[in-house]
Amino acid sequence: MGGLTRTLAAARTRLKPAQRPWEEPLGIRLLLIGIAILFLGVFLVLPLAVVLTQALRKGLDAYLEGIGSPDSLAAIRLTLTVAAIAVPLNTIFGLATAWAIAKFEFWGKSLLTTIVDLPFSVSPVISGLIYVLLFGANGWFGPFLEAHGIRVIFTVTGLVIATIFVTLPFVARELIPLMQDQGTDEEEAAVLLGASGWQTFFRVTLPNVKWALLYGVLLCNARAMGEFGAVSVVSGHIRGVTNTMPLQVEILYNEYNYVGAFAVASLLAGLALVTLVLKTLLEWRFRSDRFDSAES
Amino acid sequence: MAAPSIRSTERARESPPPAARHVGVLPGFGLTLGFSLTYLALLVLLPLTALVIRPWELGADGVWRVLSSPRTLAALKISFGISLLAAALNVVFGTLVAWVVVRYRFWGRPLMNALIDLPFALPTAVAGIALATLYSPKGWLGGPLMELGIKAAFGPPGIFIALVFIGLPFVVRTVEPVLEDLDREIEEAAATLGARRWQVVWRVVLPPLVPAILTGFILAFARAVGEYGSVIFIAGNIPGVSEIAPLLIVIRLEEYDYAGAATIGAVMLLAAFVIILIVNLLQRWSRRWAD
Repeated sequence: MGGLTRTLAAARTRLKPAQRPWEEPLGIRLLLIGIAILFLGVFLVLPLAVVLTQALRKGLDAYLEGIGSPDSLAAIRLTLTVAAIAVPLNTIFGLATAWAIAKFEFWGKSLLTTIVDLPFSVSPVISGLIYVLLFGANGWFGPFLEAHGIRVIFTVTGLVIATIFVTLPFVARELIPLMQDQGTDEEEAAVLLGASGWQTFFRVTLPNVKWALLYGVLLCNARAMGEFGAVSVVSGHIRGVTNTMPLQVEILYNEYNYVGAFAVASLLAGLALVTLVLKTLLEWRFRSDRFDSAES
Repeated sequence: MAAPSIRSTERARESPPPAARHVGVLPGFGLTLGFSLTYLALLVLLPLTALVIRPWELGADGVWRVLSSPRTLAALKISFGISLLAAALNVVFGTLVAWVVVRYRFWGRPLMNALIDLPFALPTAVAGIALATLYSPKGWLGGPLMELGIKAAFGPPGIFIALVFIGLPFVVRTVEPVLEDLDREIEEAAATLGARRWQVVWRVVLPPLVPAILTGFILAFARAVGEYGSVIFIAGNIPGVSEIAPLLIVIRLEEYDYAGAATIGAVMLLAAFVIILIVNLLQRWSRRWAD
């Protein structure tokens, strides 16, 4: 291979870019870049532009009115509440599952990993449906719970449970492969030197996985705040009570209140853009971390 | 002989032998696995069991009647058929975008790379109303298309557009890492041996990408089949023409026909399982390819 590498390197320096037969001619390259930009422009940039222009179509005052209406404010509050419950629970679940899978050997490990990923393969509508089958008026436990004054479907509880289901894999699936790669040497050393289990976790494991953890939490949060199908099935669309922001967008849109719908939608689009920026930054961080460990 | 053996027993007292150390030094196995299994059993397995069992309340006849009704069949056909078409389009453009992002350096490339994940990050309801407005007869793109005689929104073409949008990142993101890892010297060698560029791309670059492209295709397809939020605003939702299966589930639920909804849901879940199986097989195949 060394001889070939040297020959190729020599050829590379002798030839001008236009003559390199292993690269596309400039025209083809520009054409391909152009097609990619056109495709992404039509499918990604234009929808984003539509959200902004429609939200601001009748001026800033109408926009602020759309966001500031009592129903919209209640929806914003509810979305924040649901995410504030679902995201921490799934973070704890992700950490616990990754600890069990990565640090111990046991039977059925790959089955467990498959079950963790299961919610990603289920349609959002089915993610809501399964809880209606359990807790709805005709559900397995619905009538029993109703008799004891507990309602799940058409309440905030139902929204939280459905959101937990659809966002369940995000943190776990970032942590499991990373913690498996890192092995158990550092934790074992800490425990043998006298650290307690919690000390080992907080001082050794957590610092080692912090960027992957943040990455998982970020994606989990974006989905928790933006989920539509699953919460739509369990919510019952009660204004000011069980309407999250995406559901409020739907209601306003169906009422032909386009400015209001796109105003609330613009907040969600802003959340998506912030998520993408942070995600890109974290990916750079990941990459430089990997280079650091490769150098040392 | 005596002295070393004493020393070795002392050492043994200080630290357990390697085999024992591996089994039990780290704490928390029972706690974490117990928590994880309880969480999954209550939130995932129990509800999914209900989905599998409840259709049979109708009896085998009833399940068959739900599944063979023209409306259900049409909805399933629309969901699966248009998802296939959208995933196929994403194979072509997704591979092209991955190629451009990996191989070329140009102004705005980092922005393009970040933007590709937008369909993952943008809430589906937002995508839905934005696409419906964009492609409506009065929209920026719907208007010109209407003049060409193409009614984009509020029919099957609208479903197709929404499903292309939400499936877009899958092919790009599965092909990208494989393309990055390809050894470019093999391409250069092929070129030096006299192969034309298109021959190199077709015979040298493309074959190792095939498993990744297929995986991306299936992931995009699976996501599209279950998609709801981005579709319902642009679809028009005419029963038998542009009504997708997830919407039919919602309609059945609103009629309190739980068993009917569960039947359609169970069929879609079964399809999802088959898809997971295929993806796992594909990944095993691509790993063997890499070796």
